[in-house]
Amino acid sequence: MRILSLAGRRLAASIPTLFLILIGVFLLLQLAPGDTVDAMMAQMGGGDAATARELRRFYGLDVSVPVQLANYLWRLVRLDLGFSAIYGKPVAAVILERLPPTLLLMTSALSFAFFFGLVLGVIAARGVNRWPDTLISTVGLIFYATPSFWFGLMAIVVFSIYLQWLPAGGFEDIGVVRTGIWRVLDIASHLVLPSLTLGLIFLAIYLRIMRASMLEVLNLDFVRTARAKGLDETRIITRHVLRNALLPMVTLIGLQAGTMLGGSVVVETVFSLPGLGRLAYESVVQRDLNTLLGIVFVSALLVILVNFITDLLYARLDPRITAES
Amino acid sequence: MSSSEPILTVDRLSVRLPPGADRTHAITEVSLSVAENELVCIVGESGSGKSMLANTIMRLLPESVTTDGGRMLFGGRDLCTATAAEMRRIRGADIAMVFQEPMTALNPLRTIGDQIGEVLDIHTDLSKADIRSRVQSLLSDVNIPDPLRAAKAYPHELSGGQRQRAMIAMALALDPKLLIADEPTTALDVTTQAQILKLIRELQQRRKTAVLFITHDFGVVAEIADRVVVMQHGVVVEHGPAKQVLRNPQHPYTRQLIAAVPPVAAPLPRKLSDETILALSGITKTYRTGGFLGRGARVTHAVRDVSLTLPKGATLGIVGESGSGKSTLARCIIRLLDPDAGSILIDGQDWARLSRGEIRGRTRQMQMVFQDPFASLNPRRKAAELVAQGPIIHGTPRHQALAEARELFELVGLDPSAADRFPHEFSGGQRQRIGLARALALKPAVLVADEPVSALDVSVQAQVLRLLTDLRERLGLSIIFITHDLRVAAQICDLVAVMKDGVVVEHGLTGDVFGRPQHPYTQALLEAIPGGDFARTAQN
Amino acid sequence: MGPVKRYFRSPAAVLGLVLLLIVIGMALSAGYFYPRDPLALAGRPLIWPFANPRFLLGTDNSGRDIAAQIFHGARISLLIGGVATLIAVTIGVMVGALAGFYGGWIDNVLMRITEAFQTLPNFVLLLVLVAVFGSTLTTVTIAVGIVAWPAPARLTRAEFLSLRSREFVQAGRTLGMRDTQLMLREILPNALPPVIVYAGVVMAVAILLESALAFLRLSDANVASWGNLIGLGRDVLRVQWYVSAIPGVAILITVLAVSLVGQGLNDALNPRLKQR
Repeated sequence: MRILSLAGRRLAASIPTLFLILIGVFLLLQLAPGDTVDAMMAQMGGGDAATARELRRFYGLDVSVPVQLANYLWRLVRLDLGFSAIYGKPVAAVILERLPPTLLLMTSALSFAFFFGLVLGVIAARGVNRWPDTLISTVGLIFYATPSFWFGLMAIVVFSIYLQWLPAGGFEDIGVVRTGIWRVLDIASHLVLPSLTLGLIFLAIYLRIMRASMLEVLNLDFVRTARAKGLDETRIITRHVLRNALLPMVTLIGLQAGTMLGGSVVVETVFSLPGLGRLAYESVVQRDLNTLLGIVFVSALLVILVNFITDLLYARLDPRITAES
Repeated sequence: MSSSEPILTVDRLSVRLPPGADRTHAITEVSLSVAENELVCIVGESGSGKSMLANTIMRLLPESVTTDGGRMLFGGRDLCTATAAEMRRIRGADIAMVFQEPMTALNPLRTIGDQIGEVLDIHTDLSKADIRSRVQSLLSDVNIPDPLRAAKAYPHELSGGQRQRAMIAMALALDPKLLIADEPTTALDVTTQAQILKLIRELQQRRKTAVLFITHDFGVVAEIADRVVVMQHGVVVEHGPAKQVLRNPQHPYTRQLIAAVPPVAAPLPRKLSDETILALSGITKTYRTGGFLGRGARVTHAVRDVSLTLPKGATLGIVGESGSGKSTLARCIIRLLDPDAGSILIDGQDWARLSRGEIRGRTRQMQMVFQDPFASLNPRRKAAELVAQGPIIHGTPRHQALAEARELFELVGLDPSAADRFPHEFSGGQRQRIGLARALALKPAVLVADEPVSALDVSVQAQVLRLLTDLRERLGLSIIFITHDLRVAAQICDLVAVMKDGVVVEHGLTGDVFGRPQHPYTQALLEAIPGGDFARTAQN
Repeated sequence: MGPVKRYFRSPAAVLGLVLLLIVIGMALSAGYFYPRDPLALAGRPLIWPFANPRFLLGTDNSGRDIAAQIFHGARISLLIGGVATLIAVTIGVMVGALAGFYGGWIDNVLMRITEAFQTLPNFVLLLVLVAVFGSTLTTVTIAVGIVAWPAPARLTRAEFLSLRSREFVQAGRTLGMRDTQLMLREILPNALPPVIVYAGVVMAVAILLESALAFLRLSDANVASWGNLIGLGRDVLRVQWYVSAIPGVAILITVLAVSLVGQGLNDALNPRLKQR
């Protein structure tokens, strides 16, 4: 209960942050050359000034910027993200449609990166400055330096074009109608390469942090106490070191949620996944500013949500947190 | 005292340090023994190798440090040659250890009961329920109030003394033949220290355990030791029965160490000036922490209504345990913190009312010496620059300030040619002298010294205190001296004020306060000084 | 042992330095080896590497010399990476120093803003900035710098927070130093080394961000950028995969070099960690 109220308070504290972001981006987009109506007119193949005026009045673009902002925020409170002129649908509907692939992609990439980062970090720390450590650290450094979109392209060349093991793109096979477990498997096979691609850099970061944090915890006094009790090394790791070493990892998930969501823009584009990231890219190219602002809102919400979950996790791992409040 | 078979015999043991250390061996040909029901103290200052010896016996040395000859006989076998698996069976069960800092020696993420139970879990076949009840009885053995709750508590939820009791319970869980205690009371307040020492002595006598007790404090030795081993630079310089060594020390180093812990008897009272240089009245400082929208805010009264006066040329000691508010008071006086109420009168000026800018202009009136000789000097400035900084800020030309700095070096007993070195090239005591020179460079009337010798070895403490006394006479300084150590206060202070929970409970001439303490807390503090009779009478 | 000597004792750090020097060498010599515009038509399109001695690394889909683009691309990557890092670290240090030194409401406001920047996915913000200000070399560089400042700001703030309460800073205060003196002369020199080391990470991130933007064809299309080339090669990925592969390796090596140098500096300046 105390954990929940603590995390809840953190959640409440992020509301001003959310407004700060929205107001900032809204004002920023005012500086953009052309507005939604310009984009629509361009798509319709031009039109006269009267139509443009009419449309601007319809979309509420004929009033001053502060009024527009107030209107926008007021609509947002009622969860109305406005209308996408390009897609001809409410922005909320467009985003909702694109959300599942992104959520799946992020979850699987994060699980992959976290699990292997943890395991490899522990192995590297156990054999510090010997060959397993050198090998793992080197591979980690190379993964860190690899541009994700390039890794994705090369993975397509190897696994889809030459070996033909995995599909090169898309969320599911649209040629065949599948149901139940077959559909799940199909989607899973489509997500393997994108998850690896997105998770790669985070795997490198997590393994480096895990290694460093293991080494740091191994040097703490209570590990010496554990040795003085007669514990063997395996028990020392599992019972005393691991949980303490996990704390910075958990913090990192929260801190990097935004980076990961940003990375999905590129990965979804490479693998033609109909997700939120790709939508962001498309709305920039098509100048669909309403949708872009909606994406900003939703992705900020997602990051705040991930942070809420990591707060809960952290508080469960570390009893000192709840005591401080 | 016992003359039975030794439990542990260390025979000409040497321990080699990795290349690049300041000496080749941490320990050179050390021999000692501990018998059943015997408490042996190993005494030495930092760098004497005493903690290294403890870790060597437990075979807990870092990989780069290795034994280099000698034997450690325990239970009929040489621990130097025991395998890792054999050592694991011995650790915790036959030899147990208590460490200096109970906060870091316990895993912060697991409960006390869990961590004590772990010893039983790995060395015995007891069931979970049996372990739980054993943990309970162990916790009551070490006199922890409410053992049920303590077992479920996390380390941060207990006080320092309780944490150390829990560590002792953990060490004694399997009735080890030998207990190694590595400075187990150094991190504790003096009253808590007295309780823990008493507890260790009691448990040792009841269980007939052999105890190897590592300390730097001859007061502690006088309090509990049967025999003493004095170490310096990794070598045993003297050993023998405690009473004999204390009353008739043979080696000059032992004599020096004993002289550094003089009895708590005030020096002859000096004539104090009638002129008051600094008058505090009603100083109050309150902290509000935490709290969101006013909920759950915690209010700490760090300093409450403190009124004291400092006669010109005198030294006023402010003594108290951690959390008593003495450091907060010092920082309020020098206006590093802003007091909530009260006045600080110097030369008719109320420092409590001055703005930050006005204080900057008046820093020549009052200067401060800090506790930590490593943290209090900017690591990126040369010693001379550090000392010259103050005068330069106040408009002294740079070359003149630097020249004066060199003179100050001489004044505080440092080699002026060392002025171009960086702080890390000096020892702790030398750094503290630099800190003193920096404060004196502004020729202050009042010096506020916050635990200036607490981080130093006892023999260095004595030198710095002598220097301070000497400078007080020569420069006519008036000093506010903050300390937790009553023995230090007795050596240097004309007046003392005893603080507890932010309040001055008693103040007056040092001889009066320490000789005829009126307040129960002052009495308890004096009572708790380790060494008892030795500290008061032994050396007369 | 001095930091310089410690640096050169680590093979990884030396390798990083060598790689970085090679990339810098490529950037400096690009005009000498390939004086012509690297984006101009040079020969037949899609010549495989090593097939024609004139085009050592082959040509891309529009018949431009890949080797020339790699050499000139090194300039762009280092330029954008370097300048963006400078922008990010400058903003970060200023924000972090003020927040950490003063605390209270200043810290609150500045950290809220930093948090806002970190809550918004950095690449999405980059897209917004490019959408608004366009895709010239200058705007992209500034945009990358703006996106990357929160991490150094947090680091600087943490350093200032811990140094501010250190006794030598308090001593400076009791000597009568002003806030600016305390910040610039006492704290900053002690707070800067970890931030400078972290600049290696910022530069790696900046290079990766720019190349991703270029890959999406949202960066300046009029300069030879490695990311542009990878994006271009995507159209012929099925057969002529080398068009994408070669510039990717160039990015990898550059980012690796920058990270290795950063890590080497870190280990050289904080020897405590390395001794274990």
